[in-house]
Amino acid sequence: MTTRGRGRQQQPVGLLLSAPYAVFIVAVFAYPLGLAVWMSFHKYIFTAPGVDVPRPFVGIDNYTAVLGDPAVRRSFLNILVFLVINVPLTVALALLLATALNAAIPFRTFLRVSFYVPYVTASVAVVGVWLFLFSSDGLVNQVLGGVAPDPSWLINEHWAMPSIAFYVTWKQLGVFILLYLAALQNVPKELYESAAVDGASRWRSFRAVTVPGVRTATTLVTLLAIITGANLFTEPYLLTNGGGPSGRSASPVLLMYQRGIEQGHPDIAAAIGVLLVLGVLIIAGGQQLLERRQR
Amino acid sequence: MTRTMPGAAVVADAAAPQAGGGRRRRPWWRIIGLSLGAIAFLFPFYYMIVGSLQRKSDTSLTGVLPMPGDLSLDNYREINAAIHLGQSLLNSIIFTAGVLLGTLLFGVLAGYALARLRYPGRGTLFAAMLLLQVIPFQLLVIPLYVQIVRSYGLADSYLGMILPFAINSVAVFVFRQFFLQLPNELFEAARIDGASELRILRSVALPLVRPALLTASLLTFIGPWNEFLWPFLVTKQAGKQPLAVALANYISTVAAAATNPYGAILAGACVLAGPAVLLFIAFQRYFVSSELGSGVKG
Repeated sequence: MTTRGRGRQQQPVGLLLSAPYAVFIVAVFAYPLGLAVWMSFHKYIFTAPGVDVPRPFVGIDNYTAVLGDPAVRRSFLNILVFLVINVPLTVALALLLATALNAAIPFRTFLRVSFYVPYVTASVAVVGVWLFLFSSDGLVNQVLGGVAPDPSWLINEHWAMPSIAFYVTWKQLGVFILLYLAALQNVPKELYESAAVDGASRWRSFRAVTVPGVRTATTLVTLLAIITGANLFTEPYLLTNGGGPSGRSASPVLLMYQRGIEQGHPDIAAAIGVLLVLGVLIIAGGQQLLERRQR
Repeated sequence: MTRTMPGAAVVADAAAPQAGGGRRRRPWWRIIGLSLGAIAFLFPFYYMIVGSLQRKSDTSLTGVLPMPGDLSLDNYREINAAIHLGQSLLNSIIFTAGVLLGTLLFGVLAGYALARLRYPGRGTLFAAMLLLQVIPFQLLVIPLYVQIVRSYGLADSYLGMILPFAINSVAVFVFRQFFLQLPNELFEAARIDGASELRILRSVALPLVRPALLTASLLTFIGPWNEFLWPFLVTKQAGKQPLAVALANYISTVAAAATNPYGAILAGACVLAGPAVLLFIAFQRYFVSSELGSGVKG
């Protein structure tokens, strides 16, 4: 033990303490990530434990199969539709609600808690009530009457994906409100005061002070929302009954499940996964560039 | 977090002559907006409870208000007969407890080492931890399935369920942040007294970061309790399925055969949602700190 572990001296006991976590990261993240890439370039089939079968290198065959599959292409397009609706809506609503919440108002704790109740609840549970609310003769359509879409939301090919995007926005918003609430504490009060001195309206000072003041949080919120979108599985699986109608709400992860586990082509599924990571990195990188330009 | 809105500190003084009439803050718009929001967020939960108690599901507007004569626990009996709530709940509890145990034990050790000790590889480990936050977990599902289910033969086992979640990285991050905030002198003094690092961690550091333990436990809890995809892949036997998986299977296959399918689904949903919601209401003040800000995974 480092009885005189002061100043710049090394404390090798740290290696010991962090070893379980390091092993965990290698076993559960690094190795599977490598395996996914390896699988995507080989012909890979499931076998019983201990059985050895040849797994020949097939180059980019899996990728050409994936890109040539209209269902997979559709699922990537669906995620774009999802992101186009979900990300701006999440950022705008979370920032507005956080700003409104950031004041001495009655029932503040109650309000804050009610916004994150959906976030802490299992999607499987909440999906149950949404199926009930948005079914053909559900409460939402009863209220809307003649304006209700026909066929109903979750079985309508134009509304299925937007419905999922609204659902996820609603479900995740609470945690993003908390992120913005934390960020708002770091916006210097003096800026609001000088904005008021300059005669800025409330909306103007929101645009000129609040929005730039929480920019780092916005970057984080956007990134997390994109990752949530890339992870989408439970909602298309349960809410729209397996990505329906006719694949219009299928997500890449749902396709990974169907191709990989149900149909027994883990190599194809791995290729979808690798493409999805690349997609996330490209979108996140593009968003960073865009933001740097605006600065 | 009882800070006031920065904008509210704006004083209507003489320096703002052309600001128009709206200088005086009226909080009513704020309260109306927030209340509408709260209704939108809470109504589905209210509807979930009401629907789970109604003998026949009523989707009309009058169905929103519960009629005393129409309420019963039939739906709970129906869902219990279909998916054995007791066993599913027990599976959820074991799954969640395993993850909590792993995170509190190994996560605290790692968080402490990352925050307070100097050793080779610390920077790499920290970078890896941050990188984990941006890799969508679902992408690893196929290779993990190959490894855990096919290679290690851990299908239908608690261990197979727990392994990929055994140490929650967000919790490690929270631990590290809290340990970082403790004053250096505390550790130096203990080291001069000859205390070992494990002893310093147990007797000095841990008692000071109790709120962090609660915050991290709450965050960790909702992971396995709510997780669907992974336990769904690992468990094929109904007797090993956590509640989320059992209920999802009920929704996608069995529900059609029930007398009041929505009622039974909503009853199951209440049982699944209840523990998480109650925990977060009871410990809500541990779910506000800005330390969450940098580490919360979507």
